[in-house]
Amino acid sequence: MSALEDRPIGFGRLKRKEDARFIRGQGNYLDDIRLPGMLHAAILRSPFAHARINSIDTSAALALDGVAAVITAKDLETLGLAWMPTISYDTQAVLAGDKVRFQGQEVACVIATDEYIARDALQLIDVDYDPLPPVVNARKALDPDAPLIRDDKEGQVDNLASPLWEAGDEQAADRVFAEADTVVERDIIYPRCHPAPLETCGMIADFNPQTGQLNIYNGNQAPHAHRTVYAHVAGLAEHMIRIRCGDIGGGFGNKVPVYPGYVCAIAGSIVAGAPVKWIEDRSENLMSTGFARDYIMHAQMCSKDGRITGLRVDVIADHGAFDSTAQPTKFPAGFFHIVCGSYDLQAAHVQVKAVYTNKAPGGVAYRCSFRITEAVYLVERMVDALAHELGVDPVELRMRSFIHPEQFPYQTTTGWTYDSGDYQKTMRVAMDIAGYEDLRREQAEKRARGELMGVGVAFFTEGVGAGPRRHMDILGLAMNDGADLRLHPSGKAVVSLSAQTQGQGHETTFAQIVAEELGIPPEDVEVRHGDTDKSPYGLGTYGSRSTPVSGAAVAVVSRKVRDKARAIAATMLETRPEDLAWEKGRWYVKGDRTQGVTIFDITKRAYSGEVLPEGFEGGLDAQVIYDPPNLTYPYGAYIAVVDVDPETAHVTVRRFIAVDDCGVRINPMIVEGQIHGGLTEGIGIALMELISFDEEGNCLNGSFMDYLIPTALEVPDFELGETVTPCPHHPLGAKGVGESPNVGSPPAVVNAVIDALAPLGVQHLDMPLTPARVWAAMQGRPEPPQ
Amino acid sequence: MNISISINGETVTRDVEPRTLLVHFIRDTPGLTGTHWGCDTSNCGACTVLMDGRALKSCTALAAMCEGHEIATVESLERDGELDPLQQGFHECHALQCGFCTPGMLMAARGLLDVNPDPTEEEIRVAISGNLCRCTGYKNIVAAVRWAAEHQEVAP
Repeated sequence: MSALEDRPIGFGRLKRKEDARFIRGQGNYLDDIRLPGMLHAAILRSPFAHARINSIDTSAALALDGVAAVITAKDLETLGLAWMPTISYDTQAVLAGDKVRFQGQEVACVIATDEYIARDALQLIDVDYDPLPPVVNARKALDPDAPLIRDDKEGQVDNLASPLWEAGDEQAADRVFAEADTVVERDIIYPRCHPAPLETCGMIADFNPQTGQLNIYNGNQAPHAHRTVYAHVAGLAEHMIRIRCGDIGGGFGNKVPVYPGYVCAIAGSIVAGAPVKWIEDRSENLMSTGFARDYIMHAQMCSKDGRITGLRVDVIADHGAFDSTAQPTKFPAGFFHIVCGSYDLQAAHVQVKAVYTNKAPGGVAYRCSFRITEAVYLVERMVDALAHELGVDPVELRMRSFIHPEQFPYQTTTGWTYDSGDYQKTMRVAMDIAGYEDLRREQAEKRARGELMGVGVAFFTEGVGAGPRRHMDILGLAMNDGADLRLHPSGKAVVSLSAQTQGQGHETTFAQIVAEELGIPPEDVEVRHGDTDKSPYGLGTYGSRSTPVSGAAVAVVSRKVRDKARAIAATMLETRPEDLAWEKGRWYVKGDRTQGVTIFDITKRAYSGEVLPEGFEGGLDAQVIYDPPNLTYPYGAYIAVVDVDPETAHVTVRRFIAVDDCGVRINPMIVEGQIHGGLTEGIGIALMELISFDEEGNCLNGSFMDYLIPTALEVPDFELGETVTPCPHHPLGAKGVGESPNVGSPPAVVNAVIDALAPLGVQHLDMPLTPARVWAAMQGRPEPPQ
Repeated sequence: MNISISINGETVTRDVEPRTLLVHFIRDTPGLTGTHWGCDTSNCGACTVLMDGRALKSCTALAAMCEGHEIATVESLERDGELDPLQQGFHECHALQCGFCTPGMLMAARGLLDVNPDPTEEEIRVAISGNLCRCTGYKNIVAAVRWAAEHQEVAP
């Protein structure tokens, strides 16, 4: 064994353990799994946004050679699987029986011997539809003459998806606005977009009728929560269901919900008596699975004596045909009321009204903690609008209005308690990297020559790591996470997690946490996850909650093991535990460093036949369920530099500076990688990603031909910086980071483009900033995207 | 129809439907699942392989069109336990996260380095512009390809 000081332990830029299989093409993604006798499912989808189903004739499909079964809503009714619960306490049709409510909705499912035959059979199913007028524009969903979408729901008389939801203090906000000297008002849309992970969604279901065991292979972000849902839906006991998530080709929120295709795969396996694989194609992914955003916002912001004082926001949220948005139960608009941002406001008021439309359901976060992305976009656009109105630099208005370091923990007017921050410092670091003053000089010179260059600033505060059980649950399940840690006699460790990686590098980061806490090399720590039979209960990975919740759980469980080790060490050293001190990897007698035992000696002792402390059983292990006392509040200052071609209206993001403060960084390399990826998605959302519909409710962006995501040519060489303000309540001082770059980058890019277009009188322009839409704005005809 | 394709130096023969895509042939017949499928429209590049040394999206070709051609997949990169410099570079530079685009990226980059062993950043970005990555923001992929270019001499 090498000396302690030689061993690379704990935090730092450790290269990833998981790379070894991925660079060899040996990942284990869903489609790579082939079970003996496995059949393949394909789903017939509605061509209409809204139509009554008169009849479904499956006889020709059933007659096709190789077809094992064709399932419709009628078949599911007999299994009790025709409808399923959503994660927002709504119900969603697994297969449409009465009518279809969005284009792409699931209508029938074919089970066949291979995927080509399954798809051939779809062509042979004859569905007789009666088209109905669709509700496409969310603003008109509550009109008295709007067609009723959810006539399946008893007592539903209109298209309101959830009651009006409010936060903040309306009267206080009115007073602040009455006392203000400047008010700006804007209509701002955060259009519908899609997480579009590179691997689409799918499942292999394998039901054994003899044992009643249901084995599921599925890339989802919350395997334990999914198992609980299936137990409810299928009426099976949880211990009879096992979900295994192998490698997942990206999630970004898209793999949080339970989809009808999953239930079809399960039903298919029950009906056909064989394992059934269902994997959606890209169009199915974009047209039917969880979209993100779709917030139509109206906002007013005011200031007095040059500081921001108040904010009022009114939102129409488009939830699509079934309410399957993802958020903790208490918060139907997610964490949107973090919309006060990073500013010390006197008052704010927010109201959100959610409606049904004839569009795909969703409203999942796309790399965003429950609507914080919409909130940050809104507040950062409004601050820029106010700065423009006041004639001050947008950085200057932010600096004047920031919450100050000594105000933390800071209570916002809408009910959040921010944990820690030094916003001015982070803003200054970003300005230094950018060379902010030089950029403004360059911009002035270019403007004088008629060139369109813009500099955009955004400063975000996120609340991530949901969350405290007294406030947060999903479907009645507290948003806590477990960790089990077991040390083997050799000192090698296995830690089991409920977090579910989709590329975030959990096998490396969580090993580093154990390594840091126990002083053993990270390569000696195996991270086990993605199997409900082999991991503790917990709510999974989304909302940047892995490090804030599971990371804390792993730190706490490691410390529990360390405390047990201390007692054993005291027995070995014939002293009292309180007389021992810890340094990486060993307990020693205070005042005499030569008297000590390493974690390896202690582990060996724990499994040996020698004496252990009073009351100790053999072995060395521990388990916890971690309940976070608060969210963690990462923040950052982002600066985008753009050039707009005056002749083509094409936007080039020339530079992007991102300074994140996510507290203590466990593996800075992985953190930076997450930031690069999120910035790219954010630039995509700002410039090109859009799910839109025509007036018949036809989805216009159902493939990667039309749903554009950035390539290597559309993103710059990012410039990152950091400040470190530890989280005071997280055992490692860490905060979440995965979503920050997606949250913070769209307003920076949009603010930059609008800054570039300011000489043309453009005051607002909704995303995505495609050349056509920018061109229209340059001509004085900006159009909303929907 | 019965077709034979050389995949990673071994001839693979199978009776297939004429419509069988090369990506499905590669994944099903020799069971080389490193080549991924990610879209229906030849946009994402997760299925990129080399055909006669040039990058090809294997969802764009019918297996039948590839008879008599040499196909190389990600599984061909490591030789005798020695990683391709690109594989090493991707690990060194943290150029992958979920790993789903990685095989396609590696093959697109291999196709580039085989004809241009010392590419500029711009040339790298153009060469991988047919390959989508949702996780990395490309910055570290570009760095990894440069790393490989600078470490070509270790290649077998």
